[in-house]
Amino acid sequence: MDTFLQQLVNGLTAGSVYAVVALGYTMVYGIIQLINFAHGEVVMIGAMVAFTMINLLAPAGMPPLAVLLIGTGCAIPVCMLVGYSMERFAYRPLRGAPRLAPLITAIGISIILQHLALLVWSRNVLAFPQIIESETYMFGGTAITNVQIAIIAICFAMMAGLALLVYRSPLGTAMRATAQNPQVAGLMGIDTNRVIAVTFIIGAALGAVAGVLFGTYYGVAQYTMGSILGLKAFSAAVLGGIGNIPGAMLGGLLLGVVEALGAGYIGDFTDLCHYGVFAGTLDACKDDGNFVLAGSNYQDVFSFLVLILVLVFRPQGLLGERVGDRA
Amino acid sequence: MKNANMRITLLVAALGAAFPLCAQTLEVKIGHVGPLTGGIAHLGKDNENGARLAIEEANAAKIKIGGKEAKFTLVAEDDQADPKVGTTVAQKLVDQKVVGVVGHLNSGTSIPASPIYNGAGIPVISGSATNPKLTEQGFKTQFRVVGRDDQQGPAIASYLATNRKPKVVAVIDDATAYGEGIANEVEKTLKAQKISVLPREKGTDKTTDWKAVLTKLRGRNPDAVFYGGMDATGGLLLKQARELGMKAVFTFGDGACTDKMKELAGTAADGMLCSQAGIPPQAADRKFTAAYKKRFKADPILYAPFTYDGANLLIEAMRKADSTDPKKYLPTLQKLSYMGATGRIQFDAKGDRKDAEMTIFSMNKGNLQPIAIIKSGKTIAYAEFIKGAGGAAAKGKK
Repeated sequence: MDTFLQQLVNGLTAGSVYAVVALGYTMVYGIIQLINFAHGEVVMIGAMVAFTMINLLAPAGMPPLAVLLIGTGCAIPVCMLVGYSMERFAYRPLRGAPRLAPLITAIGISIILQHLALLVWSRNVLAFPQIIESETYMFGGTAITNVQIAIIAICFAMMAGLALLVYRSPLGTAMRATAQNPQVAGLMGIDTNRVIAVTFIIGAALGAVAGVLFGTYYGVAQYTMGSILGLKAFSAAVLGGIGNIPGAMLGGLLLGVVEALGAGYIGDFTDLCHYGVFAGTLDACKDDGNFVLAGSNYQDVFSFLVLILVLVFRPQGLLGERVGDRA
Repeated sequence: MKNANMRITLLVAALGAAFPLCAQTLEVKIGHVGPLTGGIAHLGKDNENGARLAIEEANAAKIKIGGKEAKFTLVAEDDQADPKVGTTVAQKLVDQKVVGVVGHLNSGTSIPASPIYNGAGIPVISGSATNPKLTEQGFKTQFRVVGRDDQQGPAIASYLATNRKPKVVAVIDDATAYGEGIANEVEKTLKAQKISVLPREKGTDKTTDWKAVLTKLRGRNPDAVFYGGMDATGGLLLKQARELGMKAVFTFGDGACTDKMKELAGTAADGMLCSQAGIPPQAADRKFTAAYKKRFKADPILYAPFTYDGANLLIEAMRKADSTDPKKYLPTLQKLSYMGATGRIQFDAKGDRKDAEMTIFSMNKGNLQPIAIIKSGKTIAYAEFIKGAGGAAAKGKK
């Protein structure tokens, strides 16, 4: 039971980071039906900028929390600028072009950003400065660290803030209107170009925070970290129903938990010696007591397995509505 | 007419200048290959310095080979730690007619380069490539003065077994050839000592989230954990294990026996155990360390004592065979027994060093410190080894 609860805590922490990244995908998709594959790289740049700032400031003897906040404070505007630039210079000229064109552009932008980061921050695995001492609290047999608590709290706060913005503010109304029908929204006096740019900027800001959280939690940053994180967040967005904001949150959390439980238990389920038929016949069962077909290194496979299952059985996602011309 | 006279004069002068040189000295080119650019360039330079020191000392000693005074030159090449560049550079050295090579630094570059040297019949001695495959290819020209990975696994496992006496050990690897290989050796050794080993857990060489695996292991409460993999993933593993409240002793192979562990895991790295092939540079013969420091204004970093010995072995074999022809001195090299900066060196039939040492390190307040040396199955405390072997090495050298 302790093990199960612990896996749940692990999954929730990873899942809340996925959820925040997934919001960036889903917001952009919701408004211009573009899967912005470069979003993972925005997250990476957020982590890298914070890495540099923290390394610069940490020796100055400032309180760790202040250093971390300044690091994040620098990462957010940089990512906003990156988000805005890619919309302004890469996607806006392609508005109205066949949907494949911006999609391929997104992949191109992703490669460009990755290699820019390679030039700036080298190809090494960078040890993210651990200025916040991680403290472990035990609840029964379940360990949770202060960093984990902070990550879950920050992610939920950001999700709540975004929900308020989208559903309760004039800007949010404009965003939803543009998402429904850009032409009509334009006729109603909404500056759709501005609304789309703002959507990219908000998504990038969320991504920057997610990047810093990821770096602080795992203690590493590398120029390639955005691609796998991006793909998982994309799966989360599809799981929840791409274009649907509460869906991305739910999808992220669910994916984190599925991944943790999957990696935690796959070894037991695929251990042939647990099944009577093989236990007596396989030599490995007599010698070692186990014969595992697939181990926990298949952790990353679960995200994509979930993605495939969702696409096969419920292409509109858990909370998405079936939209004839999009699915 | 005048012009022709001038030419003849010049020719005579040139011959006059060149002839005595030919008569008295013998040019001997020895190659060295290691990465001099890229992420581990500092280690490549360290290796090169070791070989360079040996060559400069040999020149100063005015060794006579075949009645002539030998003048050794080091042809240093950069393989960028890249297997493709490694083969190109090897061919380049063969074309330049070097008579022996020290290197390469990495197993990944040494293995593809070895058939090229073998084809040309040129002896090559690596001071740092630990992959067993290097000497398992059956090449008569391939040697190494450092231990093998399949000696390292048993060494760290038996140290763990005898000194920490764990009842249950978990073994994790990163599903690479190196990680799986060393983890298999560790598991075999532990099982032979009747220690129970949990079913193998695996990650990848890119895993950042180990919590699922660690949580599962925590439920089985192992006394020790061995991880076969590199520092980039191993540091995270260790950090996350402590965050989950695991108290087990964590042990690693040489891939994670670096200072990067402290950077990645922070204080969680304290108390970890790890192994490295060979003896640490500070345990090498003091005469060597002093000479190195005097020449290069720095301490040897990692494998410099081994490349120093490698170059010295080539020179010693040439001296004994009284020839710089690889065909003639290769059999001598194979049978040589030589007291080097890293202790007594003899090769077995495959070209591996007999009774190669392994060192066990422990992380103590952010510093990796050698705590024991393992040689032919025996564990010697580091302090004792320094006293005993340091003296012996100093005496054995002329």
